[in-house]
Amino acid sequence: MIVKANRTCLVIAGLVLAILFVASLGVGADQATLADLWQGSGGIDLLAISRLPRTLAAILTGAGLAIAGLIMQAIARNRFVEPATAGTAQSAELGILLVTVAWPAASLGFKTLVASAAALLGTGIFLMTAHRLPPTQPFLVPLFGLVYGGVLGAAATFIAWQADLLQYLAIWSNGDFSGVLRGRYELLWIGAGLVAGAWLVADRLTIMALGREASIGLGIDYERMLQIGLVIIAVISAVTVVVIGIVPFVGLVVPNLVSRLMGDNMRATLPVVALSGAILVLACDILGRLIRFPYEIPVGTVMGVTGAVLFLLMLFRRPAHG
Amino acid sequence: MIEINGVSLAYDVTNILSDISVTIPKGGVTALIGPNGAGKSSLLALVARLQPLQSGAITMDGLSVASTPGKVLAKKMAILRQDNHLGSRLTVRELVGFGRFPHSRGHLTAEDRKVVDEALMLFDLDDLSGRFLETLSGGQRQRALVAMAYCQDTDYLLLDEPLNNLDMYFARDLMRSLRRIADERGKTIVIVLHDINYAGTFADRILAMRNGRIVADGRPDELITTDMLNTIYGFEIPVTTIDGRPVALPFR
Amino acid sequence: MIDRRLIILTLLAAVCAIAFLTLGLRGNLGFVLTLRATKLAALIEVGIAIAVSTVVFQTVTANRILTPSIMGIDALYLFAQILLVLILGGLAYATLDASLKFAIGIAALMILSCVLILPMLRGRLDMGLMLLAGVVLGVLFRSLHSLIARILDPNDFAVVQGMSYVNFNDVNTGLLALASLMTLCALVLVWRARHILDVVALGRDAAIGLGIDWTKTQVGCLLLVSVLVAVSTALVGPAAFLGLLFVALAERVVQSRRHALLIPAAALIAVIVLVGGQTLFQHALGNSSTLGVVIEFAGGIVFLILLWRGSRR
Repeated sequence: MIVKANRTCLVIAGLVLAILFVASLGVGADQATLADLWQGSGGIDLLAISRLPRTLAAILTGAGLAIAGLIMQAIARNRFVEPATAGTAQSAELGILLVTVAWPAASLGFKTLVASAAALLGTGIFLMTAHRLPPTQPFLVPLFGLVYGGVLGAAATFIAWQADLLQYLAIWSNGDFSGVLRGRYELLWIGAGLVAGAWLVADRLTIMALGREASIGLGIDYERMLQIGLVIIAVISAVTVVVIGIVPFVGLVVPNLVSRLMGDNMRATLPVVALSGAILVLACDILGRLIRFPYEIPVGTVMGVTGAVLFLLMLFRRPAHG
Repeated sequence: MIEINGVSLAYDVTNILSDISVTIPKGGVTALIGPNGAGKSSLLALVARLQPLQSGAITMDGLSVASTPGKVLAKKMAILRQDNHLGSRLTVRELVGFGRFPHSRGHLTAEDRKVVDEALMLFDLDDLSGRFLETLSGGQRQRALVAMAYCQDTDYLLLDEPLNNLDMYFARDLMRSLRRIADERGKTIVIVLHDINYAGTFADRILAMRNGRIVADGRPDELITTDMLNTIYGFEIPVTTIDGRPVALPFR
Repeated sequence: MIDRRLIILTLLAAVCAIAFLTLGLRGNLGFVLTLRATKLAALIEVGIAIAVSTVVFQTVTANRILTPSIMGIDALYLFAQILLVLILGGLAYATLDASLKFAIGIAALMILSCVLILPMLRGRLDMGLMLLAGVVLGVLFRSLHSLIARILDPNDFAVVQGMSYVNFNDVNTGLLALASLMTLCALVLVWRARHILDVVALGRDAAIGLGIDWTKTQVGCLLLVSVLVAVSTALVGPAAFLGLLFVALAERVVQSRRHALLIPAAALIAVIVLVGGQTLFQHALGNSSTLGVVIEFAGGIVFLILLWRGSRR
């Protein structure tokens, strides 16, 4: 019975994403409709160089961030944290900023590597601190994370100011798909790989969310899983920051909404979380393209509003139990 | 057989356990009793490798708890801790199913499902199996966790005050089930209990702890006497005999 | 009798003010001095507004790690302004008198904060939940602000960027007269209510027991805070953690939560940090535009420490 309901969720999410996928291919500043794309030969180029990569980038980003949030919530054992609002993304930002200052000519791959390392460090510090906050006050952890992210962001702003890199910082700190072209987004596929990896260890992640003792009792190498989880979170966040910029709230609201519908058995929910994340980000990107057509509003800004509203609703409309 | 040899535990300057050596043979129910802060839960946590050993050694059927891989030990022993707060939204059946993880690594076989069904039956959870944990009462949740530990189908079952949150009916029911699986399936059960009369009724052997040491060790009828209880708890407890069993009356 | 510590703080503040006015004077003395004096007045005003509003807000919320900005009140002011643009249209807004815009902004803020913040206070929510909701509300208004800014003028990225951090270099001196008046009024009110605030600090139940009209006092305090926040935000922009830094320092210095001591101490420390810091950054470090970021950074750290310590107690 439950299995069937879960399958329904998956099918619905898949259908919605498919519709948005087609819609996303049809919307853009250059007025080419889907019909034009089909007929004209120039249209195919447009599709292949700009719109398809952009759509794929949004899907990969959304799925990746939602899964990163899911894993972070399992590790922190707190529903209200996610990488983009708890210092991970800001650490990545700081990392790429520092490597850009120190070695401007470094390749994008190297910069991503440094950003990932910084994100790993920043998330590690956050989680170490979060585990020491009293579990009786679950709201302190996300609050701590928000301000921790803010402090890291202030440090980044200061450095960028001194190094005259504020414009770069603005690109990294506000997610935007308008710059996505073929050849400039492929790093995001790393995220897809990590999502698949998370799917393989989904059972272990579910058990991890039950706590350290329950995990050890069931024979899971808790420390190793912690490291794996951290790496997934850090790399997904870093790649997103480098290619797209920070997109807030995806990792927060999507896992929570799915959890309310389907529970926390990640073997069942993980694919739905990934699809829903993709849906949310793609929908916000399409919205951003349409609100002030033909100008574009960055997805980070749209998501800031949508995500904050959803988050507030979540905070005040909790289910009757727990 | 669980062999505990020279185990000590200290945080900062406080000694939690001092040089404990004891052997728990295979089979039967062994109860750990003692006043608050005696170190019962700590000892159990060390046996269950939830905390690293500071000194001494613990082996289980010859396997060192410190060096044997967690995967192997998870098929050897299951542990139920006091803290039954779970943040996850899982159904009872899903949770109990995770008890099969050490065997199936997540892919439940028909055999696994049979064990899960059996555990749900045994602990009276079949009506609740589709409910999410957070909608259950404390006692129901406790039973779900016991069922999960049972599902692990291990030779050894370690339980830290499993009667917390249970009313009289389910407390007795749980103890009877434990007794039965010890008798019928030869499981070894080590259980921390607060109520000495439950220990007296259901255990084969009682280990009494105080101030981080084992102060008494023996059959219920040897342990539950006014003198012994005075050594363990530090106050006078009248003991009477009902149906040939000693019953402590620590009420007046 | 005036507290000795307050005298020392006053002297320090005076030294900072004089240094700010006189260091490195060059060129047309009259012109430079007038310019600097105006800026000094604005900085002092901002400092006082932030410090006093934070003290009052902490007292009325019975929470020592809150500032009005953490609860998103300054973001609310910016949001009110942009809402005005949206309603009036860009051109009408641009031609509107600055003081009038300011006044409308304050009125809008007072209404909005009563509608949004008051229910949260009255719901007696868990402190953590309230803080979290406030921070997210702040994020929401900031995002809404930049969203609307982009809708209005898709090519102007400066609008969005300029408002993310407080900037003391670029003081909006046009509103100084009106702002001074409002700060002064607020200051007089707070000072007269200092003993009432001491009672309010005991908490709702105790205060009611001692004969305070709780609702009236709570609303009054919140309105006062709104005015002060509007003043500082209008002059220099949003400053999330500044107030926290000032009040935490002031508590250290006077070792008391009595408002007769705490309010002047916090205000003086604010002046010392802002004016002194600005002088230091301008003359010693040669870059004054980053002072806001640095103070915000320090304030954020203070917040984390307070949160950490408070939760471990």
